[in-house]
Amino acid sequence: MDLSTLTITEARRALDAKEYSALDLTNAYLDAIAEKDGEIHAYLEVWADSAREEAKAADAVIARGESQPLTGIPIAVKDNMLIEGRIVSAASKILENYRASYDATVISKLKAQSAVFLGRTNMDEFALGSSTENSAYGPTKNPHDTSRVPGGTSGGSAAAVAAGMALAALGSDTGGSIRQPAALCGVVGLKPTYGAVSRSGLIAAASSLDQIGTLAKNVGDAKILFDAIRGHDGLDSTSLPDDATPEKAERKMIGVPREFLTNLNPEMRAEFKTTLQILKDKGYTLIDVALPSLQYALAVYYIINPAEVSTNLARLDGIRYGLSVPADVIGEVYSKTRAAGFGAETRRRILVGTFVLSSGYADAYYRKARSVRELIRADFEEAFESVDAIVMPTTPSPAFKLGEKNSDPVSLYLEDIFTVPVNLAGVPAISVPGGMVERDGKKLPVGFQIIGTWRGEDTLFKIAANVEL
Amino acid sequence: MTDKVDITALAKLARLEVGDAELKKLETEIPAILHFVETIQKANVDAHPSTSSGLKNVMRADENPHETGKYTKTLLDAAPAREGNRVAVKQVISRKK
Repeated sequence: MDLSTLTITEARRALDAKEYSALDLTNAYLDAIAEKDGEIHAYLEVWADSAREEAKAADAVIARGESQPLTGIPIAVKDNMLIEGRIVSAASKILENYRASYDATVISKLKAQSAVFLGRTNMDEFALGSSTENSAYGPTKNPHDTSRVPGGTSGGSAAAVAAGMALAALGSDTGGSIRQPAALCGVVGLKPTYGAVSRSGLIAAASSLDQIGTLAKNVGDAKILFDAIRGHDGLDSTSLPDDATPEKAERKMIGVPREFLTNLNPEMRAEFKTTLQILKDKGYTLIDVALPSLQYALAVYYIINPAEVSTNLARLDGIRYGLSVPADVIGEVYSKTRAAGFGAETRRRILVGTFVLSSGYADAYYRKARSVRELIRADFEEAFESVDAIVMPTTPSPAFKLGEKNSDPVSLYLEDIFTVPVNLAGVPAISVPGGMVERDGKKLPVGFQIIGTWRGEDTLFKIAANVEL
Repeated sequence: MTDKVDITALAKLARLEVGDAELKKLETEIPAILHFVETIQKANVDAHPSTSSGLKNVMRADENPHETGKYTKTLLDAAPAREGNRVAVKQVISRKK
């Protein structure tokens, strides 16, 4: 088997045809990890022993003829999803030795299919960042050029899939954290509709934006994994009901927000245009759509995200679980534990969040941002009255160098310009490989992002499959 | 509107100890971030006040509780300090200060 081209669909066929066993497949991935991950550092922990046991159990299921789509399929899990009894750290020192006390709903669903869990993947601490450099355990490298970042925050998941160290992976996307690393690593990344996948057991970053999604080699695999984890869950109060929305008749109309793309650099524009042409050739009509409020998206995001992060991370105080730094009085237990446990970007977000929520500033910052967020949502709503999907590049540039954007937090925030509007509106989006651009003699992948209307994942998969062919 | 941000006061509110070297760095970084996000002040939101988001609270019915003590050991095992069946914490209210 060639892991660089293997897909879930092909592995399923071969497993069910007994061409190789789930244990063979898992061992092949464990070998690939042993060989490559020293350089890439996609994994924070590899669960070789339990993965082999899970593979053997999957083989028994297959032998009984009871296999499901993901039975025996080796998957990587971002280090912010709980698996009972396993360490889950959100790539933070504050949770370095924390063991999960229950399974996240997505994990229960994958266990029910007898999937194989290879290990937990690196990420920006608490899903805050765009490069995986904010991990407390060192950065992940981009498999296409190890001097460059894989993107983030699900950088470990994207790099693992891109380097053939996992057949597919789970990630989470708060402002682009699945799509941006997928784009920079040349794989497919899906951020589902807000509420489409349960977040029970996902370590929260910004709760009004967070969504679990999938990273895979192709669109079909991203869909298979999504179908396995989607669905209503009473344990997540934001989970959408299961009632199927009637699929709108496809109009084959795609919106391009040209005004929003005026500053795009020429190489990125050229690759974007090439993909647009593919869609045209497949019979889609491209029309301009105006999304005037998107100019505020980054600013809105970098108010709402820190506000919610500062609130969510207040629970990490050295009392109930995680790191605890002893001190004489309880106030110092909190402040010393948090100082020792949180990395620089996490501390910045907590402080910015505290500021925008503080008395005297909350109206001008947090509440105003919530109002502007409604404008952005309304822009999408209006646009989707006339188009099936909206397309734009996933990122403004290909993978940047490790350390290149470390000195100025705002310069890193700008990388998220095309991805954050999607989370603010709660709509689904998928990033598919959209060509290559050259940097320092190396070809680097870039992403083509397709944004759908609320619960319009099926339309996304259809359009994405057309781009992929 | 954010010419002066009192990082020390913010850190205190956020229960976060900040050292002198980091404080200096944050005193340029935090205002730069706040300046960056201030562009939203230009947006006209008359049509969408923050109260009109259509969001609603979702509550779970308070019923079918799990049996008492089912999760006690698991949760206590996660605590940094415990005394018997309790999570141990430093005194919260004291006479001093």
